[in-house]
Amino acid sequence: MIPSILLAAPPTSDWITLDFAALAQNFWSATFDGLTFGSIYALVALGYTLVYGVLNLINFAHSEVFIMGCFGVWFTLSFLGFGPSNPNLAVGAIVINLLLALIVGILASALTAFILERVAYRPLRKRNAPRLVFLITAIGASFTIQYLIYVWRGAVPEQALTMFKVTPIFEVFGTYIYNDQLLIVTAAVIMMIITERFISKSRTGRGIRAVAQDPDTATLMGVNKEKIIITTFVIGGVLAGAAALFYTMKIPSGVVYNGGFILGIKAFAAAVLGGIGNVRGALLGGLLLGLIGNYGQILLGNSQWTDVVAFLVLVLVLLLRPQGILGTSLGRSKA
Amino acid sequence: MNRKKVMTTLATAATFGMLLAGCANTAAPEGGSSSAAGGGSAINIPALTSIDTPKDAVLPAGDGKAKCADTTTLAYVGAQTGPNAQLGINIFNGVQLAINEHNAANPDCQVQFKKFDTEGDPNKATGPVTQATKEEGIIGVVGLPFSGESKATGNIFEQVKLVHVTPAATNPGLTTNGWTTFFRGLGNDAVQGPAAATFMTEKLMAKKVYIVQDDSEYGIGLGATTAEGLGDALAGTDKVTQGQKDFSATISKIMSSKADAVFYSGYYAEGAPFDQQLVNKGYTGTFIGPDGLKDDQFIKQAGDASKNAYFTCPCIPGELLPTFAKDYKALAGIDPGTYSIEGYDAATVLLSGIDAGNQDRASLLEWVKTYDKDGLSKHYKWNDKGELQSPTVYGYKVENGKILPIGAIG
Repeated sequence: MIPSILLAAPPTSDWITLDFAALAQNFWSATFDGLTFGSIYALVALGYTLVYGVLNLINFAHSEVFIMGCFGVWFTLSFLGFGPSNPNLAVGAIVINLLLALIVGILASALTAFILERVAYRPLRKRNAPRLVFLITAIGASFTIQYLIYVWRGAVPEQALTMFKVTPIFEVFGTYIYNDQLLIVTAAVIMMIITERFISKSRTGRGIRAVAQDPDTATLMGVNKEKIIITTFVIGGVLAGAAALFYTMKIPSGVVYNGGFILGIKAFAAAVLGGIGNVRGALLGGLLLGLIGNYGQILLGNSQWTDVVAFLVLVLVLLLRPQGILGTSLGRSKA
Repeated sequence: MNRKKVMTTLATAATFGMLLAGCANTAAPEGGSSSAAGGGSAINIPALTSIDTPKDAVLPAGDGKAKCADTTTLAYVGAQTGPNAQLGINIFNGVQLAINEHNAANPDCQVQFKKFDTEGDPNKATGPVTQATKEEGIIGVVGLPFSGESKATGNIFEQVKLVHVTPAATNPGLTTNGWTTFFRGLGNDAVQGPAAATFMTEKLMAKKVYIVQDDSEYGIGLGATTAEGLGDALAGTDKVTQGQKDFSATISKIMSSKADAVFYSGYYAEGAPFDQQLVNKGYTGTFIGPDGLKDDQFIKQAGDASKNAYFTCPCIPGELLPTFAKDYKALAGIDPGTYSIEGYDAATVLLSGIDAGNQDRASLLEWVKTYDKDGLSKHYKWNDKGELQSPTVYGYKVENGKILPIGAIG
């Protein structure tokens, strides 16, 4: 994937133009789309942030945790008879089907995260491996899962699925808000709020914060560190599984072995942008990254710029605030 | 805490339901800034049921008296896997059919067939091409199917003087590299682009056409020739990348341009999800794609959205040739696809050369250079650059989930 981006031939003439008129004309639709994708980034970003907060480990295999959720969602929906055409189901039937897909997606992602932790990271922890080894293992695990899926499903994306008819619900600033956008943003924000509450209020959440702050002291205070770590991975998996449903809803053709790669990088960037290890930071970073990418793309008049703009902003922000916009603070009480 | 969680979960589920209810009960509003681009496609162009093909077509079987060494090999180099694999599969099944027919008719000349997979990716193509050129038994190649990979590998063929006939790569620039071993078995995009433009404005009555092109050699070249052909009817252009999945920004621009036709210059791997997302956002105009989109995979991946699609293609509808269609289906299990017959014809050109005694790379290359005969799909005679003389572009439409030819458009 990387080479095809790096080697894309530069356009020959007027290769950078700023199209402010187009941005003005499409500002609100770009905003709503940006927020929609931003909330998906944010859900995945939480997985990176939580694991980083607890283990100081960048879990590069989290993108595969996410894509396994996509496969879970895809298999469930195909099994239920969804195809590329609008299924024309009643509202109740859609809700039940999507909830089923959500559950399977969450299970698939959470299970992947669980196995990943057990197989790849825990043995290293037991042997007190240096941090670099964890990082290499994470990259290795990422590729391993990717290519296991490749061998299993091949390189062709799974058939696109339409879950329901996308229709405008109401109009804001002369631009329609579509049902899928509203659904994704609302559901994602609610899930993030639940997660935030869970981490700041519940007993397990307190454990997570304790381990993040000082693993040794936390252990001495009676916190079961191993249990907390695995829980953290599973929470990340659950959120990635939910993101998988929304992503498949927006991008029906995205279910493919390496489909998590770019999204994973963006979610990781979102986590860093907001302040890695910071739950609210992940939400803020995700939404910002979604917006910036969409604006930049329209301003520069070329979809090929989405990622460039997003990462350029990331670099600029980190130059000014290396700890991210909200800073790193999983261990602190603010969560 | 627990109760709170339950409550929030319920709230989530309720929101879910409400939103979906909203969508079911609200009819799509008319007009407005972000929906309803202009008129639907009420134009109905009847499908072709037969085509005229050359009467004295050279067939792979020949006279049955050919003699050749049993190391004589033809190769297919191109996509067998990868996101646009189907376009390659259509071709090598055509080649396989030609070779099978040849070998069945000529007991003393059993030509071997080898396939090399490029995944259709210019970055991966040099490996398989180098491998093919190193096998001495290989004296002729059918491929490569895509323009980007053809550009990346033409020099490798040139160094070893290995003749290769592409049955699908349409970028006009490919024949301007001074290569002497490259032959194009179909019309190029300098022909297809203007033909597509005329087709859209005159047959489909499009007033404003929006062009979206990908970043492949093929997409960029064809986007340019089509835009040129459209002139004032061009409503705007946007660029996407191969492998891109989300097209929302491009779609916003199309909607605000009020275009009534969209031309996607690229391959089906992106074209199909693009059309699907476009229609999902309420676009009601027509969608036109070139040969890179014209495959059943497009319909399979875009679903109902594909109803608005038309295609242009410098390819002959092989499915309308009864004998070819029947034999192809017996071999491949499916009907001939885009470029199946071009693959078959390209292989036939090479096979007839072998039968005529040209059984090394140099003499087979010479054979193709001076070739001047009918194939099953059209007449084959190349100019000194490797372009066919008088190629034809066909139009196709989607009807009841099938791609049907609607006649020559240029």
